[in-house]
Amino acid sequence: MPRTLSRRATGADAVFEHGARVVGASVLVITGGVGLFLAWQAYPTLQRYGVGFFTESQWQPDQDVIGIAAVLVGTVSVALVAMTIAFPLSVLVALYVSEYAPAKARSTLVSLIDLMAAVPSIIYGLWGFFLIMPYAAELAVWLQRNLGWIPFFEVVGSDPNAAVTDTTRYVASAFCAGIAVSMMVMPMACAVMRQVFSQTPQGEKEAALALGATRWGMVGAVVLPFGRGGIIGGTMLGLGRALGETIAVVLIVSPAFEIKPRILEVGTSTVSSLIAGRFGEASASQLSALLAAGFVLFVITLGVNTIAAVMVNRSRSGAGTDA
Amino acid sequence: MTAVQDNPPGTTAPATHLPTYDDDAAPPLPHASLGRLSPDERFTQVGSWVAGFALAWVLTQRMLPLGGLPWFLLTWFVLGTLVTGVTAGMRGGTVEVKDQVASSVITGAALVTGAALVSTIVFVGLRGWRPALNLNFFTDDMSGVGPKDGFDRGGILHAILGSGIELGIALAITLPLGIGTAVFMTEVGGRFATIVRTVVEAMTALPSIVAGLFIYTVLIVALGFPRSGFAASMAIAVMMLPIIARAADVVLRVVPDGLREASLALGASRWRTVWHVVLPTARPGLATAVILGVARGVGETSPVLLTSGAAAFVVTGPTDGVMNSLPLFIYTNVRSGEPQAIARAFGAALVLLVLVLALFVIARLLARPKRVTRVSRPAPPSRTAPPSRTARKVVG
Repeated sequence: MPRTLSRRATGADAVFEHGARVVGASVLVITGGVGLFLAWQAYPTLQRYGVGFFTESQWQPDQDVIGIAAVLVGTVSVALVAMTIAFPLSVLVALYVSEYAPAKARSTLVSLIDLMAAVPSIIYGLWGFFLIMPYAAELAVWLQRNLGWIPFFEVVGSDPNAAVTDTTRYVASAFCAGIAVSMMVMPMACAVMRQVFSQTPQGEKEAALALGATRWGMVGAVVLPFGRGGIIGGTMLGLGRALGETIAVVLIVSPAFEIKPRILEVGTSTVSSLIAGRFGEASASQLSALLAAGFVLFVITLGVNTIAAVMVNRSRSGAGTDA
Repeated sequence: MTAVQDNPPGTTAPATHLPTYDDDAAPPLPHASLGRLSPDERFTQVGSWVAGFALAWVLTQRMLPLGGLPWFLLTWFVLGTLVTGVTAGMRGGTVEVKDQVASSVITGAALVTGAALVSTIVFVGLRGWRPALNLNFFTDDMSGVGPKDGFDRGGILHAILGSGIELGIALAITLPLGIGTAVFMTEVGGRFATIVRTVVEAMTALPSIVAGLFIYTVLIVALGFPRSGFAASMAIAVMMLPIIARAADVVLRVVPDGLREASLALGASRWRTVWHVVLPTARPGLATAVILGVARGVGETSPVLLTSGAAAFVVTGPTDGVMNSLPLFIYTNVRSGEPQAIARAFGAALVLLVLVLALFVIARLLARPKRVTRVSRPAPPSRTAPPSRTARKVVG
């Protein structure tokens, strides 16, 4: 009589397997439950206001006028400003750490980038608000004076060429908030890129150098093409974080509810600053509207992060995005 | 290559010319160091930047109305890069120019980032050291202390304690659940594990304010729970759970399969394999994942902003109503606009920064591979040397 073989776990193993499954299921219920709850709460609002929820810019629950057009534009403009600064910086710093820095300093620099990522966002908020904002306002005046013909750099109600410029028109803007947020997302994006760059096959790099390439030639011909997935993925991860950032934005911007692509002008609002500002006085239905706004934000960041994960995994390097 | 072959009539056989040595020429100087710049190149490099400095000074201080340090530094960088490019062009072609310009831009970007990090830390330190000098800043709370009172009254003990309690509860929930889920995803596997992994990865995208709003709606509005440290720790836990689960999953996945198979082949059960082989192997990585998760959790303001409320006094019971925490204390004090309160906020920010720094250093130390104490063990083979600069010398 042959012994019957079974893959089924017995004894302690069965307990372990079932226990692990229960833990996994409970985490699935908790985390998935948050998403489902948001969707469930958002549904009545979306049903009630329909498309108007996305096209209305005012948020006046007393008059039953609710829409997230302005805050969505604000969210995107803050995130875009942040990424405009963070993207080139993170690519260059990742290249510096993986290719240009002295070999001895490399591990220290990697730790420093991780440290930058670990600094709490409220500290970057303080930094942006108290240290950077005056300079940012001056830069904004200069940008408007010289590049004011670009619609983004227009500031309504202020003449940059006046003898004494009114800098209060230039502070607390999406531009200032974007600078602080860029400091927050840069190290995240940079860490992903650096990791992918460091996985470039040493042989290919040496081959390029042996063929007579300069260091930049090697970087352009081997490292950047190899790390393209990592660059895009890291940027997307940073973008996802920039879209959801709250506290630095709340500290810096002064709230304004209008569709305002003029990033240098005072006042803007993002979805998260809307939630942070309005949750306290909200009634049940308004809370549901805020949850709907939060759900829209979550769906956007989820989409961005998913694209990031796909990009990083599909690239030749196939590095995980453990940010 | 010029082997013996029959030449067509009328042509001479191609000859190989040996290089003739010039006996009078100076002996060729060997490179002092293969990886480094020659003195000549070093001089060109430094000289270009000095020239850029001088040009920038003339341009900003004498010619154009661009006073101020930022303008000067910017002009210096642009002109320095320009001069570097020009000198490179004098020695080589466009390839050299591109190489030199690229390396100055890349180094410049790294310096800017370093300056930003240093300025953040130094700025918080400079603005926050004054309140943090008084001992009562760490041993006292803010009860009965007005916003304009001096630094010798009041402190942030309540905020530090609150942060600790909230984080402790959040950790007590997320640590077993997060690591348990990671173990389930890597060690048990199956189709259900794939679903769990997908959902957990998706939920890492949840903005922290939405996590806070979720707890606010469910726990405080719907269930009528008071604003408290418990609610805040729930919000932090909802935010941290996917982060820790995912990081732990990444760490467990890199444990070599050979170790698992060896343990199973020795007759250990799967449970014993996980407990005695997989988890101990991954311990430093797990510790790093958890500590970085804690660093993230302790500094996150938006979940606690919605759920905990800000008390001015020490509250130790998590369910005893409003409780303060470090990020919330910073936020509310900065928002008050009172100079003295802002100074206190910077003091608290300094404490928070030092806390995160300490957590970070601990994580690094734990993540470091253990040092081998046995002497007999042969040194690990040194890795291939990084590409030296000699290779680019080939291009003239």
